[in-house]
Amino acid sequence: MDEKLLELVDISKTFDTTEALRDINLYIRRNEFVTLLGPSGCGKTTILRIIGGFEQPTTGRVLFEGKDIASLPPYKRRVNTVFQRYALFPHMNVFENVAFGLAIKKIDPRTIERKVASILELVNLANYGERSIESLSGGQQQRVAIARALINEPEVLLLDEPLAALDLKLRKGMQIELKKMQQKLGITFVYVTHDQEEALTMSDTVVVMNDGVIQQMGTPEDIYNEPKNIFVADFIGESNIIDGIMIRDYLVEFSGRKFECVDTGFGENRYVDVVIRPEDIKIVKEGEGMLTGQVKSVIFKGVHYEMLVESQDYTWKIHNTLMEPIGKKVGLNILPDDIHIMTKGGEAHE
Amino acid sequence: MKKFLKRFYVFLIFLFLYAPIFVLIAYSFNSSRSRGAWGGFTLKWYRELFMDREILSALKYTIIIAVLSAVISTILGTAAAIGISQMRKFPRNIVMNISYLPVLNPDIITGVSLMILFIFANIKFGFKTMLIAHITFNTPYVILSVMPKLKQLDTHVYEAALDLGATPWYAFWKVILPQIMPGIVTGCLLAFTLSIDDFVISFFTTGVGVSNLSIAVFSMARRGVNPKINALSTLMFLSVLILLIIVNVRMSRDIKAKKQKEATLV
Repeated sequence: MDEKLLELVDISKTFDTTEALRDINLYIRRNEFVTLLGPSGCGKTTILRIIGGFEQPTTGRVLFEGKDIASLPPYKRRVNTVFQRYALFPHMNVFENVAFGLAIKKIDPRTIERKVASILELVNLANYGERSIESLSGGQQQRVAIARALINEPEVLLLDEPLAALDLKLRKGMQIELKKMQQKLGITFVYVTHDQEEALTMSDTVVVMNDGVIQQMGTPEDIYNEPKNIFVADFIGESNIIDGIMIRDYLVEFSGRKFECVDTGFGENRYVDVVIRPEDIKIVKEGEGMLTGQVKSVIFKGVHYEMLVESQDYTWKIHNTLMEPIGKKVGLNILPDDIHIMTKGGEAHE
Repeated sequence: MKKFLKRFYVFLIFLFLYAPIFVLIAYSFNSSRSRGAWGGFTLKWYRELFMDREILSALKYTIIIAVLSAVISTILGTAAAIGISQMRKFPRNIVMNISYLPVLNPDIITGVSLMILFIFANIKFGFKTMLIAHITFNTPYVILSVMPKLKQLDTHVYEAALDLGATPWYAFWKVILPQIMPGIVTGCLLAFTLSIDDFVISFFTTGVGVSNLSIAVFSMARRGVNPKINALSTLMFLSVLILLIIVNVRMSRDIKAKKQKEATLV
């Protein structure tokens, strides 16, 4: 599990004059599910295309099992891709699409038939072999694209926003199916998405990107609970971000009050950003909390209510399963562990 | 009443457009040599037509040149279209406009300029020069009919083929070519039709002893009244008409398919 299968070293990529990637260093272990997460234009698809061989990095090396493959064309790499809009061959039926990779390798027809049948079964499309691509729904086309890539038994499967075109319910179902498939087949997945929930649900490792730079890399829990900077805190889940002053280690001041916290190493009396998740703010009776505020709005979100509570200098976003009526004055409590400190515009300290 | 007038007007337009051709077709079956009088139905002009060695030789050249120029310009045009489609937007627009120019250029200018070029290059006028001329004016039409097909291609389809282990050449044959084939066939048919149809450019670029059907008709007409011209013109009109109907049906079917595809995507 700890073996580095694929490694990107000091990769940068420039298109004409725009810099798409800068100093990308990242490695992917065998059987890992890695997600590249970021807003559109952040460079995540470019990384995928460099791994697939469709783009050449401007500088840096791409190592596969320790060997540099940067100059290897796509058809010589043991990597397969599921494209965003599937890129199925419209003039071939489902069977021919899936068999395409095997037919190139000149494998005998009977073996091809057997393999195609078993992979179509894996993606729940048994008996769809003779169907034309046009006659399939979006979800079915999606699964043909996955089968077409998987049948070549790649070392790494690259998926470029494969679920973006599906509706919400189908997407949720496919997330679980993909994860199961990955565990069952033991194939390394590199998955690109802009959907933070998708990334947190499916991945072993999440790589958060913005403006062509890796912002943070880690397990979904790490990324969510310990965001390294304001961008990650804001992009992953929802956050309250407020100006504060780090008085000294373990003590921060914001909203006109001093709070205990767990952060150290910022120096004394420094301006900082304080990040607090909406679900980490507890509502108590007026006068019993660390802060006081008035409920300004309540929205029902399904599992919880989202409330905006206005205190003297900040409007807090709070998630709670219990509702407080609009206009009510409440107290707010925040535990030391739930306060995340970041230097202004920069990185958090470890 | 209004409806009647509308229809009558359309009828007049078609009458105006097609009357000369119908008169020509009718006279090709006229047993009298005179252009003024109807002497009864006959097929003798058609029979004589197929015994006239001059016309048979012209027919042979017409078909050989049409086939060769259609095939060669189809290959050239398809390769050019693929190259152009890979260009960046600005150079692509320039090259497309340059390719389009010969289509708009009057035939007589194309013909005369080719003639001057052949004189300049010291190439002997004859079969070769006429063939080169036909390839020249056919190629843009092939480009123009293949281009839309290339534009419809999903850009990732070629990459998907490479990704699955296909070499660029294999990907072209198995993935790109089958998808743009309808455009190639349409372009080829169009080129074939235009080649059969052409008079002006052929007239300026041919040499002694080599003439196609249009030139044969022209020289027969200059020599005086000969009802064989009517028969020959009728046959040429019908064959070109049939080819053009095929091309148009193919194109409109294509537009329909494209609209359907867009509708399903939305």
